[in-house]
Amino acid sequence: MPAMRLRQAIATAIADEMRSDPTVITFGEDIAAAEGPFKTTEGILEEFGPLRVRDTPISEMGFTGAAVGAAIMGMKPVIEIMFMEFLGVALDQLVTEAAKMRYLSNGTLSVPIVVRASVGGGLGFGSQHSQTLENWVAATPGLKVVSPSDAQSAYSLLRAAIQDPDPVMFLEPRVAYAERGEVDTNLKMELGKARIVKPGKDLTIVALGQMVNVARAAAAKISADVEVIDLCTIVPWDKQCVLGSVKKTGRLVVVEEQPESGGWGSEIIAAVVAEQFATLKAAPFRITSPNAPVPYNGGLESKFLPSPEEVTRQIEEVMKTGKAPQPWWRREGVN
Amino acid sequence: MSAGMNRRRLVQTDPVAQFERALEIREFENQINGLFAAGTIRGTTHLCLGQEALAIGLAAVLRPTDPVFATYRSHGIALALGMTPESVMAEIMGKATGCCGGLGGSMHLCDMELGLLPTSAIIGGGLPIAAGTGLAFQIQGNDRVGVAVFGDGATNIGAFHETLNLAAIWKLPVVFICDNNVYAEYSRINLTTPIEDLHIRAESYAMPHYAIDGMDIDAVTTGITQAVERARSGGGPTFIEAKTYRFAGHSRADQALYRPEGELDKWKPRDPVLLMEQRLIKKGLLDSETAEKMKSSMKDVIENMVKVCQAAPEPTVDAMFKHIWTPKVRA
Repeated sequence: MPAMRLRQAIATAIADEMRSDPTVITFGEDIAAAEGPFKTTEGILEEFGPLRVRDTPISEMGFTGAAVGAAIMGMKPVIEIMFMEFLGVALDQLVTEAAKMRYLSNGTLSVPIVVRASVGGGLGFGSQHSQTLENWVAATPGLKVVSPSDAQSAYSLLRAAIQDPDPVMFLEPRVAYAERGEVDTNLKMELGKARIVKPGKDLTIVALGQMVNVARAAAAKISADVEVIDLCTIVPWDKQCVLGSVKKTGRLVVVEEQPESGGWGSEIIAAVVAEQFATLKAAPFRITSPNAPVPYNGGLESKFLPSPEEVTRQIEEVMKTGKAPQPWWRREGVN
Repeated sequence: MSAGMNRRRLVQTDPVAQFERALEIREFENQINGLFAAGTIRGTTHLCLGQEALAIGLAAVLRPTDPVFATYRSHGIALALGMTPESVMAEIMGKATGCCGGLGGSMHLCDMELGLLPTSAIIGGGLPIAAGTGLAFQIQGNDRVGVAVFGDGATNIGAFHETLNLAAIWKLPVVFICDNNVYAEYSRINLTTPIEDLHIRAESYAMPHYAIDGMDIDAVTTGITQAVERARSGGGPTFIEAKTYRFAGHSRADQALYRPEGELDKWKPRDPVLLMEQRLIKKGLLDSETAEKMKSSMKDVIENMVKVCQAAPEPTVDAMFKHIWTPKVRA
């Protein structure tokens, strides 16, 4: 199996889909000639040419809508939103047009688009280029929301996303673009299916995107035997996998990169508590960022994001007490 | 051939049928107005009274394979393109027999066989999508044309400018038609926009542009034909401003009391349905007696159609979950 960087896995997935399906096209800001600001479209223009691979003006609403229009006329556009924040100016096209198109056409139209966006903190990009913002899209019926955590899941999930007949939001953890991993290009992953990346019997961690690596690092240090689930897809999320795991371990911690309020982890915990309260041995809880913008300063940013140390500390505590620990900002009395 | 395609063929070939369709739209909108005023239909509605010629002209020039992305003010365009009054009225009433199964309502009409994409109730929302249909046709190498119809208010939203720019640099086969009915919701155009001729905005995108008399079916047909031919032959997009006048208020609740006194009366002699009638009579294709008969029989037809729709079934509860995702196709 070849080892490749996550960004190369993205480019490989796009190229493989473009080779096998002539309706797949891709466009975005500087993705063609410059091969992407994060080099996620390396070699694509050269192989597939300027009809199918295009640089766009800085017009996210315009080109997101163009993707919707092309999709309903038989193409499969894969578009790149350079930073997830830039989706803000295009949200209408995704939430109000793409997600309603099938519904408002009485089931005659499908919108097979993939909206790729880089997400997350850790690189010192400041408060307008470091958020994950998956809750912007996760609460809109009609959209699927997917996030890989490594090169393999980036490759396999992106291929599945491109093959999917409905609009898919594909959130790429920017901090992991350069990380290498082995990629089996024959391995298929389904949207809506989580994967257990480390089995364990004492406690279940559910994580997404770059938090999967944080959870794995923590799991390696924690004295208890921790199971780590990479959720992969937020909408629709793999309830069966999570419920099954918690049935076995009796303990659940969700590690989320986004701020505390309004996160998808609340959804997971609500479902587990409502559906199998009796199987719980400890209070389920979430480890998140605080309700604040992402700080620029390096020390502050690493404190801001859930870290392996913080996850380890909180899990050791719940294993001892059975109670949900306080987040660091309350523990330290800073907020 | 479906009823819709038959109806489409009629307006493409027969000027008297065009007049009859314009009468149908007029009578349909008057009925809708009454039904909403009486509180028989819930929600809101946006009438296209005064804008019938543009709808007919679109249907006459475009092929059913040319997708039209229009707005929440599209009862007229839907009927002109060929949708049956029953499928539109039942949709407005929220009935299972409506074009969207009662899930859409007055603002959301659709018939893909006739090229009407789901109409959007977001100002400017359809422009980028229409450009995207053109992108697909350009890549597919066919001669289909994407069409966006929008109001004067949409020329002040970001999507308008982003889309014109994108369509221009990619030379997309798209026609942008601004139905300038003088009012953006409750505001007269001069209060929100520093220019009167909106089509000149396309100049800054190096896009061919012109105004047409949107009340005159012949001017509309000629103007749209020129743009569609340019798009079909690879000449790229065109921006057309159709000068019309909104005879009704913005929506159900609006009596349009903000209109300057006498403005409506000044436009009434330019009523597009009246102009069609006068022209057909002048050409000897119609006489006034026949025209009067057509009007009164149209009134009966529409009144009966309303009764049929009122008796139509409501959607079942499961309908609200049916069209969120595309069903998985098993290989």
